[in-house]
Amino acid sequence: MGSKKKIPFNGTADQEAALRRVVAELKNEKGALMPILQKAQDIYGYLPYEVQKIISDEMNIPIEKIYGVVTFYSQFSLYPKGKYKISVCLGTACYVKGSGSVFDKLVEKLGIEGGECTADGKFSLEACRCVGACGLAPVMTINDDVYGRLTPDQIDGILSKYN
Amino acid sequence: MADINLKINGMECKAPAGSTILQAAKLNNIDIPTLCYMKEINEIGACRICVVEVKGARSLVAACVYPINEGMEVLTNSPRVLNARKKTLQLILSDHNKSCLSCVRSGQCELQTLCKQYGVDNEHMYDGIVNESEIDGTAAHMIRDNSKCILCRRCVAACAKTQGIGVIGANERGFKTNIGSAFEVGLAETSCVCCGQCIAVCPTGALYEKDFVDQVVADLNDPEKYVVVQTAPAVRAGLGEEFGYPIGTNVEGKMAAALRRIGFNKVFDTNFSADLTIMEEGTEFIERVQNGGKLPLITSCSPGWIKFCEHYYPDMIDNLSSCKSPQQMFGAVTKTYFAEKMGIDPKKIVCVSVMPCTAKKFEVGRADQSAAGVPDVDYSLTTRELARLIKRYGIDFNNLPDEGFDDPLGEGSGAAVIFGATGGVMEAALRTVVFKLTGEKDGSPIEFKEVRGVEGIKEATYDVAGIKVNIAVASGLANARKVLDMVKSGEKNYHFIEIMACPGGCVNGGGQPRVPANIRNFNDIREMRAKALYSIDEANTIRFSHENESVKKLYAEYLEKPGSHKAHEILHTSYVKRTINK
Repeated sequence: MGSKKKIPFNGTADQEAALRRVVAELKNEKGALMPILQKAQDIYGYLPYEVQKIISDEMNIPIEKIYGVVTFYSQFSLYPKGKYKISVCLGTACYVKGSGSVFDKLVEKLGIEGGECTADGKFSLEACRCVGACGLAPVMTINDDVYGRLTPDQIDGILSKYN
Repeated sequence: MADINLKINGMECKAPAGSTILQAAKLNNIDIPTLCYMKEINEIGACRICVVEVKGARSLVAACVYPINEGMEVLTNSPRVLNARKKTLQLILSDHNKSCLSCVRSGQCELQTLCKQYGVDNEHMYDGIVNESEIDGTAAHMIRDNSKCILCRRCVAACAKTQGIGVIGANERGFKTNIGSAFEVGLAETSCVCCGQCIAVCPTGALYEKDFVDQVVADLNDPEKYVVVQTAPAVRAGLGEEFGYPIGTNVEGKMAAALRRIGFNKVFDTNFSADLTIMEEGTEFIERVQNGGKLPLITSCSPGWIKFCEHYYPDMIDNLSSCKSPQQMFGAVTKTYFAEKMGIDPKKIVCVSVMPCTAKKFEVGRADQSAAGVPDVDYSLTTRELARLIKRYGIDFNNLPDEGFDDPLGEGSGAAVIFGATGGVMEAALRTVVFKLTGEKDGSPIEFKEVRGVEGIKEATYDVAGIKVNIAVASGLANARKVLDMVKSGEKNYHFIEIMACPGGCVNGGGQPRVPANIRNFNDIREMRAKALYSIDEANTIRFSHENESVKKLYAEYLEKPGSHKAHEILHTSYVKRTINK
C-alpha cells in the first residue's frame, strides 16, 4: 500500500502541551473535532500523523475518523508549508493562458501533488485562485516573489534560484 | 403504534406510524431496491437506488429514510422512478471495475443483480475518468479492491457501529472519495481485528477473504501429504445457502459427504475440539474460582475478539482463558496425538479447517500455536471457500447422501455444536461446570436458556453448589466493549464471560455465505441459523462435553487429565499486548 509520503515531524514539547490543552478543554463538547482540528492546525501549521494520533488517543475516537475529516475539508493540510511556498494561480484568466501546464510541470519537477511538500521541506505547492495580477497571466508566486507570463520551460530556471 | 393509511402504486396500504416508505412497502409485499441501506447501522439515503415518487414532492425521495404520513401516495415503479434507478446504476458503473467474469462475487453481486433487474443494457453509457486505486492485500484475512467499491459505506458502518472499531472510513471528498484507513496504510497496520463483518455486508466484490482453495487443491493432489479437514459448528448451518437451501438448513451430512468426495484423508469435526475446549476451559474456570485466580474468566474461542482484547483492552489479557480456540486445539491434537497414533510425520499432515470466520485466517499464523513444532492449522477456509471448492470439484451437493464424520476426531456432543451461536460456549461450559461442581450426579441440568437468543448482551446468575456464579454473554464487539467497561468500572461483578466478535456468534461470522441486504434487512439470519444448531444439540444423545467418548479416550491415552501439564503444552496459548494507534 502506498502510504502518504513522510516528512520528518519536528513538533516541539510546547506545541504538544498547547494541543493537549485544547483537546482537554473542548473534547466533551458536541462536535468538538472540527474546532480541535482548526486549533491544532493553528499550532502546528498542518495535521500530520503525530498530531492526529494525539487527538485520537485523547478524544478516544478512531484515527480514521479524524483523517476522514482532515482529507474532506480543503482548509486542512496533511503537509507543512515548505521553506518556499509556491502558489500557482488556476483562476480563469491564468488558466486560459496555460497555468495548468505550469502547475503540471511543477508537479513533475518537484515530485509532489498540490497541497503537498517536498520531503526536504524546501518547496510546497498549491493551486490558488487569482492573485490580482491577471494582466501578467499566467502567474505564480514563490513566497513574496511574483512571476508572470510564465511558460513551463521557465520553471527549471526559476526553481534554481531558491536554495 | 397507530397505523397510517397510504397508497402505494394505487393500492390502499397500512403501516405503523414511524415507518419509512421502504418498511411500509415491504409490509405490503412490495420490494424497493437498496444498495447503501443497512438496517439500524447505515440509514443514510446516499445511493439513490431506493428513490420513489411521492405525490406532491418536488423530487424523487429516498424510500429508506423517508417517513410515511397519512394519505401519502407513493409510486415505486413509475417510468420516472425506473429511469432514475437505471441512470444511477449506469453512473455507478462509469467508475466501476466491470471485470465481472473473474469477480469472486459474480452471480451474487447486489450491483450486478440490480443492473439485470433494471435493464441496464449499456454499462459503458457514461464512461469517463476512473479513480485509480491499489488493491490492499496486506491483512492476513482479506482483500480490499476499491475499483469495485460503490461507496455505500456499509463496511464502514459495520466496522464502526456493529464492532465499535472504525479502522476504515471515507477519505477525501467528491469524485476522489474512497474507503480506506487513516493515512492510506494497509489494513494490517491498523487495529483491524479481522472479523470480516465488512465483507459480510459488502454488496459487491470490493471486499473478499484471502482465498486458499488453490493451495488446498495442490496439497490434496500431493501424494506426500496427509490432508485432514475439520468443520466448525456454524458451517453446517450456513453452507446450504450456497446451494439454494433456505437460511438455517442443517447440511452436516451432505457436507461430510462432499468433503470425503473431495478426497480429504480424514473428514473430522471441530465439534470434537469444542468439547475438548470445554474440558480445559471448564477446568480452568473451576481452578480460578477455587484458587482465587483472575476473574472474570473470558472465553477465547473467537480470534476476532482475542485481537480486539489485545488492541483495545490489553490490561485484560490475563482475564482471557489460556485455552487455544477449538480450531487450534483440533490442529494441535491432530499433529500430536493423532499423528503418533497413526504413525504419520506431523510435517506431512496438512490440517485444513473450514470456518464461518475470517479471523481464523489470522489465528493460524499467530505465535504459540504450533504444538508439534509446525503450525497447528495450515489453511483456514471460510464457508464460502468450501462452497467454491465443492462447486469446482463438480460435486452435486444437493443429491449427496448424508454421511457422518470419521473417527476418532469426528465425534462431538450437542454441547459442542451450539458453540456456533452466541451463548453456546457459555451453555456448554455451564453444563460441564455445574456437573463437576455438584458432585457429578446424573440428571445435571442441560439447558440454560437464559444465555440463548440474539440479544447483544445477556446476563444470568446461577447458584452452583452454594457458589453464586454471575455470567455474561456478549456478541458483536460494540457490545463486548460495554460489558468490559462495566467490569472495569466495577459496576458489574461477573465470574465468567463469553464474548464472540460477530453479532449473534459464529453463525453470523464474517466467513459465512453472504446474504444480500434485501434479505438481511428484513430477516434475522442469526436466529435462523442458530435454530439449526440448537436442533442438532437436541437430537444428539450426548449433550455434555465430558461424555464425548473420543475426548475421554484422548485424555486416557495421551493428555492424562484436563489441565494437566501436557494438556497445557498442547492445548493452551498466550496473548500479546497491542496498541490502537501505532
